[in-house]
Amino acid sequence: MPDSALSHVRVLDFTTQVAGPYCTKLLADYGGDVIKVERPGTGDAARNLGPFPGDIPHKEKSGLFLHLNTNKRSITLDLKSKAGQKIAKELAAKVDLVIESFRPGVMDRLGLGLEALQESNPRLVMTSISNFGQTGPYRDFKSSDILVYSMGGEMHSTGLADREPVKLGANVVLYQAGSVAAVGSAGALFLSQDDGPGQQVDVSIMETQIGSVDRRMSALVGYQYTGELSVRIPFGAAGYPIGVYPCEDGYLEVTGGLIYFPRVVRALGNPPELLEPRWYTPESQTDPELKDEFEAHFLSWTLQHSKLDAWRAAQESGVLSGPLNTMEDVANDQHFIGRDAFAQIDHPVAGSLKYPGRPFVMTESPWGIRRPAPLLGQHNGEILQELGYGPGDQARLRAQGVI
Amino acid sequence: MSKLPLEGIRILEMTVVWAGPYCTSFLADLGAEVIRVESLATFAPLTRGVRAHPTAASLEVQPVFMGGYPDRQPGDRPWNRCPIFNPHARNKLSMTLDLSQPKGMEIFKDLVKVSDVFVENNVVDRMDQLGIDYAMLKKLREDIIMLRMPAYGSTGPYRDYRALGVHIEGVIGHTLLRGYTDMDASANNAVYVADAAGGSQGAFAVLAGLHYRRRTGKGQYIELGQAEDAMPMMGQFFMDYAMNGRNAATSGNRHPTAVQGCYPCKGSEQQGHDRWVSITINSDEEWRSFSEALGRPDWAVDPRFAHAPGRLEHHDEIDAHIGRWTEQMDNFEVMRALQVVGVAAGPVMDQRDAYNDPHLRERGMFQEASQEDTGTHMYPSAPYTMSETPPDIRRGPVRLGEDNEYVYRTVLGYSESEYARLVAEGHISMDYPEPFE
Repeated sequence: MPDSALSHVRVLDFTTQVAGPYCTKLLADYGGDVIKVERPGTGDAARNLGPFPGDIPHKEKSGLFLHLNTNKRSITLDLKSKAGQKIAKELAAKVDLVIESFRPGVMDRLGLGLEALQESNPRLVMTSISNFGQTGPYRDFKSSDILVYSMGGEMHSTGLADREPVKLGANVVLYQAGSVAAVGSAGALFLSQDDGPGQQVDVSIMETQIGSVDRRMSALVGYQYTGELSVRIPFGAAGYPIGVYPCEDGYLEVTGGLIYFPRVVRALGNPPELLEPRWYTPESQTDPELKDEFEAHFLSWTLQHSKLDAWRAAQESGVLSGPLNTMEDVANDQHFIGRDAFAQIDHPVAGSLKYPGRPFVMTESPWGIRRPAPLLGQHNGEILQELGYGPGDQARLRAQGVI
Repeated sequence: MSKLPLEGIRILEMTVVWAGPYCTSFLADLGAEVIRVESLATFAPLTRGVRAHPTAASLEVQPVFMGGYPDRQPGDRPWNRCPIFNPHARNKLSMTLDLSQPKGMEIFKDLVKVSDVFVENNVVDRMDQLGIDYAMLKKLREDIIMLRMPAYGSTGPYRDYRALGVHIEGVIGHTLLRGYTDMDASANNAVYVADAAGGSQGAFAVLAGLHYRRRTGKGQYIELGQAEDAMPMMGQFFMDYAMNGRNAATSGNRHPTAVQGCYPCKGSEQQGHDRWVSITINSDEEWRSFSEALGRPDWAVDPRFAHAPGRLEHHDEIDAHIGRWTEQMDNFEVMRALQVVGVAAGPVMDQRDAYNDPHLRERGMFQEASQEDTGTHMYPSAPYTMSETPPDIRRGPVRLGEDNEYVYRTVLGYSESEYARLVAEGHISMDYPEPFE
């Protein structure tokens, strides 16, 4: 196995669902040794979330869980029991990083707060991922995928003027929170492993949207500069061609207005009527009649092309554009297959499946799948053995329901 | 107080639009010396503005996130005033050169020799034209880390394709997974999730490279194709296709098992009337609490609504009930009324709401920063906090060429006369040369 970027990093992972596990997946897939602590019997709640093969729920077959937990080892621990807490502390003494996504205050109540763990491991970093952060009036509020985007993100300007605001694809904002948590964690570790202090990294999922480059920061700063609020605009009110256009077999997204307009005209073969000066005045992009006239032209072109052919032709003229792919399109795309962007992973219960692959290629210290997502408690024996618990101790812990 | 995690690391960036600059903003927050290397020979659209010299009339018609320069005025140096650029330009340095002159490339090479990391996210042929690749950088600096983040990678049929985040999202399948359920995809407006993902995961990539370099002494080439980078975020939908051959469609604001939606609220003259609250009701227990909070305890025992399958079946009817309740209330009031009984509810916060939000204020999410060409304003800070080395805004959005003197004289050690010559040759300036659109 080649040396990976983070193969010197040991992580104890108390996270569940999406944001935390995505963070620790990034760490694990680039080499980190991640021990995932799960509740005996039930495990990570993501095990109950689909998709499942044939839509039949099964703890070891959740597509969401399998994807989010590659390269991790699983130990089950009842953290409400003294014995479970003791083992968790012993594990925390041997790692560089603890990541947790309990409700704020729970780690302290379990005796697993940062101060307590730093007694035996002073340079420990603890990353806490929560809905609203470890402090502040909303600290204990509940949240959800839609709430994150509502309160943190730019949902206010997502959707149409005469309709309700509309959220992003399911869980996308939670993945983004996980990736921000990986940045904070890797940054804190870079310091603690250079004789610097351990510390707490506090990730408020809401704030990962407030501070997101997906229009939110710019809308916030634009408001500071002008006092104006962002708005949802009416259907078809953008310039042209800007937005989603139907093709023979689907849709093409195009950003071709303003300075990009000449490129679009070039893609259409420079028809003389589109070279007339009236298309190139400062007001032309906001003239509804010109827009109608142009779109009649443009649609007759897109509708005669497949989305991939239209994309190729648009790109030949440098037009910013992209087809709206389905997951089937994505998984079978020859560009991504040729770049080895997917991973075929064999799992003892779920079988061999195609998964999303590496987010980025590191040429010296590669991404890699060393093991599929763990079965619940699959590594109880080996992890406890590493801590010095022999077979007898393990049997006792099992009988007590600790593991 | 400890030193910051990346203190002593020097990072050069030739980044455009959002994904690249957002990546380096994370590294600058962590204490790296991030230097924007900005060529005066070209103006990259959508980076320091749509164009270098926009007219006030052109700004007027742009959405506030793009055209919202201070008071909608371009000012003398518009490139230092643009809300597309300024939010991620905190804690950075900027130097200028003219990459269309051979001397410009020489200056760049001198900088590479004294730097640890180089980050860029241009279209692939831009770096080809400049002759910049990993082999070239490595000759100048053996242990350099190069992060390249083109839309689709540097190989394969799409390598030269041009894209913004919104196009990448179409390509990886996100656009078909969002939007209204009763309208087709052409009603979807542009969002830029792939830029956010490219930024944070690009920063993680650089950090991973720095960890590895410290342990082994080796630098490396890292390639982040922005489409591939954001694909894992579609995980469950990808797996559904892998497992079941199914292509998921948008579910709007709905949830697979909970009652969920975005509902109208009462506005006021001052707030305007575009006021909304989102609500998620996960379980029978939450449904009971919700029903009581609304003053409709009968709903808790209504056999149509008591359990999740019934609630999902009658979701439209439930939505109508909820909407009639919320439209008489302020959206923050709905949040408080429901959160207190353990139900997830929260307002759709416009920008004013966010700046006034007591929670974000208490946590110091917005920090004051100044810059000569825009004045003093509150900016979003890093999207996480650290107890020992807070990633605060130490410096406001960097102006074009603001750090020329430091970079040329101190970092590169050029003499005073050399500096003067480079000014005369058009490398060093705080203005783009005329004529520039």
